[in-house]
Amino acid sequence: MNNLLRRVLLSASAPVIALLFAVLVSSVVLLASGSNPIAAYGDMVTHALKLGTIVDILNRATPLYLSGVAAAIGFRMNLFNIGVEGQYRFAAIVSAYVGAQLALPGVLHVAVILLVAMFVGGATAGVAGVLKVTRGINEVISTIMINAILISGVIAALSKRWQAGGSVDATGSNAGVGTDPIPESGLIPNLNGLIEPITGEIGRGKELTGMFLVAVAVGVAYHIILNRTRFGYDLRASGVNPFAATAGGVSANRMIVTAMVLSGMVAGLVGMPSLMALGRFNPNFVSLLGFGGIAVALLGRNNPGGIVFGSLIFAFLDVSSGILQISGSASREIKDIIQGIILLAAVVAYEVVRRYREREEARLAAEALAESGSSPPFESGSTPSVAGA
Amino acid sequence: MGWISSLPGWARWALYAAIGIFVLSLVQTLTGETTELTSVGTSQAMLRWGVPILLAGLGGLFSERAGVINIGLEGMMILGMWFGAWGAINYGGWVGLVVGVMGGVLGALIHAIATINFGVDHIISGVAINIIGPAGARYLSSEIFSGYDGGSITQSPRVPGVGKFDMPFLAGGDVFGWQSPDLLGTIGELEIFFLSDVANLTRGLMSQVAPSTMVAVALVPISWYVLWKTRFGLRLRICGEAPKQGEAQGINVYLYKYYGVLLSGALAGLGGAFIASPELGGIYLEGQVNNRGFIGLAALIFGNYRPAGILMGAMLFAYPFGLGLRDINETASHTLLLVTAVAMAAIALWATSKGRRLDMVVAAVMAGLCAAWYFLSDTVPDWWVNILPFVIVLLVLFFNAQRLRVPAADGEPYRRGE
Repeated sequence: MNNLLRRVLLSASAPVIALLFAVLVSSVVLLASGSNPIAAYGDMVTHALKLGTIVDILNRATPLYLSGVAAAIGFRMNLFNIGVEGQYRFAAIVSAYVGAQLALPGVLHVAVILLVAMFVGGATAGVAGVLKVTRGINEVISTIMINAILISGVIAALSKRWQAGGSVDATGSNAGVGTDPIPESGLIPNLNGLIEPITGEIGRGKELTGMFLVAVAVGVAYHIILNRTRFGYDLRASGVNPFAATAGGVSANRMIVTAMVLSGMVAGLVGMPSLMALGRFNPNFVSLLGFGGIAVALLGRNNPGGIVFGSLIFAFLDVSSGILQISGSASREIKDIIQGIILLAAVVAYEVVRRYREREEARLAAEALAESGSSPPFESGSTPSVAGA
Repeated sequence: MGWISSLPGWARWALYAAIGIFVLSLVQTLTGETTELTSVGTSQAMLRWGVPILLAGLGGLFSERAGVINIGLEGMMILGMWFGAWGAINYGGWVGLVVGVMGGVLGALIHAIATINFGVDHIISGVAINIIGPAGARYLSSEIFSGYDGGSITQSPRVPGVGKFDMPFLAGGDVFGWQSPDLLGTIGELEIFFLSDVANLTRGLMSQVAPSTMVAVALVPISWYVLWKTRFGLRLRICGEAPKQGEAQGINVYLYKYYGVLLSGALAGLGGAFIASPELGGIYLEGQVNNRGFIGLAALIFGNYRPAGILMGAMLFAYPFGLGLRDINETASHTLLLVTAVAMAAIALWATSKGRRLDMVVAAVMAGLCAAWYFLSDTVPDWWVNILPFVIVLLVLFFNAQRLRVPAADGEPYRRGE
């Protein structure tokens, strides 16, 4: 029992230390630039407690969570899908185009848009998986390159073509620019009707995105597939020890391609909250969620619950730092610094805790061995191990 | 073809470059669409574009030769760009470059502490640097550049440079006030097939060049010398190939990995400062690094982790950008499509001779597509040059991944005494 408590405390200690460290460093930065850190943090927390801000935070956390799960699926088997950024934007522009061309009844229309996005994301990430399996090209390099090709090439070309229809109007507003609007039937309704009976009127035009439910479903599915299925077991085994997994009959190549495709499919959904809110793909479309997702996945240790925690923290910083501009207590860019330091401090802290644990386990095993008598349980040389090792 | 691989690196790359220029001048003469493919202006623009890519690539070289993968180059360049602009505005062009170097080193220091001391995965730490770099630059801008006249949160006032220079005798530069002859310029004006094209492109590398550019190009042989001809370089490379064996020989592996990563940041920072200098941007502007750190990484892989190859990669990737700047009526970039088709056809032939059928089919299809695109259109869209470096690297990896020689222990965690 004492042991269990220790383990829980140890796991929780790393993110807490990282948070405290980030707050400490950013306080130093704020002090050095002549701002009062306590006033700044106070403003942010007070602002975050308002209902409207909470809705904003959830809206921001939803795509971050999806992006985090997309990155985590790869990380779970030591694959780095750095290309989520390109995958979700490409998926969004294609599904925006397809969605605008169709006239279908509500549920079906939405489903088609989401499926197209997942298909495009999965296919794009799958290319990197196939290149790795067939030609031995490192997926970090190929996803970085494909990212750049997609963002500055394909998306630039497609958006030029598909945005030609709606041009800048006489008043100079670019509100009309973008792909053709998706009909009402293709947009997921917001959840205000669902939550307002509990929370009261949200008001001020704020809407909780319907994709919130999809993100919850993705999180639950990720948890079940990872921890309750044969496939999830193979995935985790390949990540921990690829040789043992191969010896156990898991095809490494098949796992690599499947994991990349799954990661890309979830990545395809990342752009959907923005697409549902805007109703089309236009220059205001949200960017940089891919790298945010990597950060959130690392913060949450690739764990479905942990990523919730990570995405909420990042969303809180993103949204509630907006108040700093109004209150003038600090420059809102401090949140970028806080996020970067949290990420770095967290990965360092996890590594330190992991090593501490390893030493601890070795010590406990040695003690147990000493207690059980002088002879080790197995004679050296006949240690049971993976066949063929 | 065996004799080519027996040549030393610089000679092999010079031969490839000569073949490349030959194809360029051949296509240019036959199509008669443009003369920009081999003009002085194009090679000047190529050089200016290529310098940051080259510096990022050399930066990656030092880090990865010491066994630390550095995908944080982009973030380090952004820090270098901010600090370079700040230093140049306050203390002049040369100081700006030095301060830019220090900015890059600052980013590299974080990477070094995380990966070497704490054993954090190199990719993860690199991603973190790429988040922290722009964040730090943005915060500093909001605090400092916003207060300057003509500055804002996303850009700085104009940044002073370090002047220009012409090579005496070859490009007609001054020697103590005396105007020397312009040998290459004279050859260029004679309009002899291939020879004049070589002269023009070479002259572009020697006329109206900033001293900072010459420093960057000089760093190619210097890097080669340091890494392959000195004791320091040998020790650094051992850390990337076999750190445990290095440790057994008494090398302080942590220290040499630190040297590698910090030099990497210094070079990336110099590259960033160069982007802010009048040679390219002339101001600090958010987003202006624009993937050059990643293109540098691409040049590193293209050049097979060797300095001469990185130089060629950087110039090859910069060439379409330089051409795009000179190419007002877009005919030159269009002609470049045909050059690409010729190159892909050559790869198809090469693959056929090696009996690699899949490679042959892929290359032949690409050659066909490029040729078709060329004949069916009059201009190419501007995004085409933006993606060319990345496409080239993917193709190089696709056709040649087996022959790339990555440092054996690159990216592997190393713990002292384990």
